[in-house]
Amino acid sequence: MAKEKLFEVKDLRISAYNDEKVEIPIVKGVTFDIHEGEVVALIGESGSGKTTISLAALAYTKPGLHFTGGEVLLRGKDVLTMAPLEQRALRGANVAYLAQSAAATFNPAITISEQVTESAVLHGVLSQKEATKRAEVLYHALELPDPSRIGYRYPHQVSGGQLQRLMAAMALCGKPDLMVLDEPTTALDVTTQIEVLKAFKKVIKEENAAAIYVTHDLAVVAQIADYIVVLYSGEIMEQGPVEQIINNPSHAYTKRLMDAVRPTPTAGMGVQVGDEHDRDVPAIEMEHLTAGYGGIVDGEPVATILRDVSVKVENGHVVGVIGESGCGKSTMARVMAGLLPQAKGHVRLEGKELEGSLNDRKLDQLQKVQFVFQMADTALNPKQVIGDIIGRPLEFYHGIKGKKKHAKVAEILKMVELPAEFASRYPMELSGGQKQRINMARSLAANPEVMLCDEVTSALDSIVGANVIKLLTALRDKTGVSFVFISHDLSTVGSFADEIVVLYAGRVVEQGPTDEVLSPPYHPYTRLLISSVPELRIGWLEDTMQKREMAVGIARGVEITKTGCPFFNRCPMAIEDTCDVKDVPIRELKDGHQIACHLTIDQLNESEVHAQQVLHGYEKIGIDKPLETG
Amino acid sequence: MMAQMVLRRLGIGFIMLIVVSIIVFIGTSILPGDVAQIILGQSATPETLAALRAQLGTDQPLYIQYLSWLGNMMTGDLGISKAGGATIASLIGGRLGNTMMMAGIVSAIAIPLSVALGLWAAMHPGTWLDRIITFCTLSLISVPEFFIATILVLVLAVELHWLPSTAYLSGDETFWQLMKSLAMPLITLVIVVSAQMIRMTRAGILNVMSSPYIEMAILKGVPRRRIILRHAFFNAIGPIVNVIALNLAYLVSGVVIVETIFAYPGLAKLMIDGVQTRDLPLVQACAMIFSGTYVALILVADVASILSNPRLRQPK
Repeated sequence: MAKEKLFEVKDLRISAYNDEKVEIPIVKGVTFDIHEGEVVALIGESGSGKTTISLAALAYTKPGLHFTGGEVLLRGKDVLTMAPLEQRALRGANVAYLAQSAAATFNPAITISEQVTESAVLHGVLSQKEATKRAEVLYHALELPDPSRIGYRYPHQVSGGQLQRLMAAMALCGKPDLMVLDEPTTALDVTTQIEVLKAFKKVIKEENAAAIYVTHDLAVVAQIADYIVVLYSGEIMEQGPVEQIINNPSHAYTKRLMDAVRPTPTAGMGVQVGDEHDRDVPAIEMEHLTAGYGGIVDGEPVATILRDVSVKVENGHVVGVIGESGCGKSTMARVMAGLLPQAKGHVRLEGKELEGSLNDRKLDQLQKVQFVFQMADTALNPKQVIGDIIGRPLEFYHGIKGKKKHAKVAEILKMVELPAEFASRYPMELSGGQKQRINMARSLAANPEVMLCDEVTSALDSIVGANVIKLLTALRDKTGVSFVFISHDLSTVGSFADEIVVLYAGRVVEQGPTDEVLSPPYHPYTRLLISSVPELRIGWLEDTMQKREMAVGIARGVEITKTGCPFFNRCPMAIEDTCDVKDVPIRELKDGHQIACHLTIDQLNESEVHAQQVLHGYEKIGIDKPLETG
Repeated sequence: MMAQMVLRRLGIGFIMLIVVSIIVFIGTSILPGDVAQIILGQSATPETLAALRAQLGTDQPLYIQYLSWLGNMMTGDLGISKAGGATIASLIGGRLGNTMMMAGIVSAIAIPLSVALGLWAAMHPGTWLDRIITFCTLSLISVPEFFIATILVLVLAVELHWLPSTAYLSGDETFWQLMKSLAMPLITLVIVVSAQMIRMTRAGILNVMSSPYIEMAILKGVPRRRIILRHAFFNAIGPIVNVIALNLAYLVSGVVIVETIFAYPGLAKLMIDGVQTRDLPLVQACAMIFSGTYVALILVADVASILSNPRLRQPK
């Protein structure tokens, strides 16, 4: 490449100091370059120092960290030794930052347009008028709806995916030389991630911007980066062009990262449980259940979240519940746990009717249904030691006290593969993965029949998350507990659930044994979900965007409807005047596999064959135009 | 949505006032002592007592008395003082004016001063001036107001002879004289209410300053001044406005000690006098004015917080 060197990091060192003023190195001598128009990915697990390094490009450290050595050169000038005023002038004008959570980084009290243009105007790059105009152009390029008016809104008035793209507009508005993107798609649903990735890639190309892309997801990196820097514990393990790292990794750690990449969900990917457990009475089931928030008007909640949901969890099985954020997954678990009484329908535990409200349930019913919350950080009392946290359900449900309790706590800690000494520690002293194990151990201590796991691996790194899944599988085999495993990640669910329930806008669109759900015929929404999981392959993004379901499914948002099929507005095969108005028939396939769709099974099968042929054909001739939507 | 929320707050405020009126009425009614007995004193005969009770309406059942009292109050008839015979409206009128004048001047000085000092302290956390502000405000909050007032009298009036030690108003002072006699209670009250407001402003801003969107603003190269005034302030308005409202309410109803020390003819002192002479209608009227002020100010604060928050102002 004959391109000019834009940005250089030379032997960068950053340290923290603990209470005893002892230096703890975080970044240990990192060196890499970025050329004009190049996207460099910093990849590694949490704690690898990737965010810390990327922030150094803005001459910024998180509170408590200090630069201890090295240089960070932008066009040959060291940003670390600049005067504070120069550094301020640099931020936003020369180097722009894009954070992981747009929802948290947009100021809730200021309009989007003011925030997007603020930096460009403050630094005198553009006048307010020019900046507003440029913002509009960027909204357009980022394929945001209603580009001329979206700027007048407040952040809470647009969706998460839109906000993420608006942040890209905010970063680009001042025409920076370098953009720093810190895990910009990690918190998003797969379908949203793909839409954001596509927009980022397009705009980076159009603006010819250079970028640092920070992530732990190799599959995402393969789509967007030109050059990869692999980090572990503040040191570079390996670096090179994207083709070299993806196709020909040399370092063992890179290979480990590649192994942790989520596979494309397919039939037969997981371990299936046999039928050794009693299948007569489901452990827990929901029948024609409707639930939501707000008061009940005309027999329906003001904000209906779940509508007419019927789901069975067989004894000793893992049922994966999957869907985009806001589809009602957590609400489902909350109804089962009695945290949210249903408006209509039944919940049964081992065949016996459960009261809707927690207060009306009996102690043994409470004991049998246990909740594992997503954020172990907030679910565990920071002022209690682990022994007390796990000991509480032992005492409360089973009356186990004193020495017996200690012994039992140790036994449970062993079950979640943690040493017994942990009983005297506080949650703060544990790592994220360990805390999540304690979170599960607390539920286990109640000796439940059903454990409701709400996104328990979502906040964890892929490698740590994979270990938690292993533990869950082992626990299921050992204890015979049934699991409801809620996740937005189809690969994780597919790898160990016996059955999968696909929720969309509060309704079950497809459910059945994992192998059946993950093989054709699919519900069109399941198809969209499966196609959206990034593959570790360069060019995957472009290929996928040619698929028919993407063109229709990606750009539009979820609409919660009362009548017809909720997926109507995003479905490539929707039938006008049928799908949007008529009640959806449930198609029964083998082994209890159900698809809620107006199309017949034959039609669904046919469309699958057709889609494969078309895609195959395109690949052969190498046309790069997207397919016209039907 | 927005109007609905304000209307609901108004409704709740109204119900609160009704509840307060019941409590005030019952509270004053169960006090021992009979007004007729007090008015007639030693010369009372059973006949004259009964006649006076009938005239005052105190022989009626309690709820009738309450309803007629409430009805009169709503039509602006506050009743007649049971000790002295003047109308309560005339008693209160001048005093209310004095109280409002004091509260008005104090807030005109204290609110801008406190918000400015609080913002300044938040802009320069950990500096010497910030520490001095923090130390002073904390000390002043901990010291009772009569202590501050007494110290001021000792220094400014007794030792230095700069200001008069009382704030008695005769009604025909020149503006300059008026200001001079008001100065001492003014200074005392400004000190008392500012301390709290400064601390709240500083804490509210610093709380917001740890948000991710503030870090984002730093990374956009926004100057610290603008970060505080544009990015942080609007998100901290809710708690600040509420503490201002509480302090304003205190200025109307809670300043009896300061009024007494400086012999200032305000409303709170009138109420205490009413208690001493068992002038129940007067006490009731004052109590209702005070509660009304509280409810109105809290309502204004609520609406202001709603207005400052786009999530409430402009829902999806």
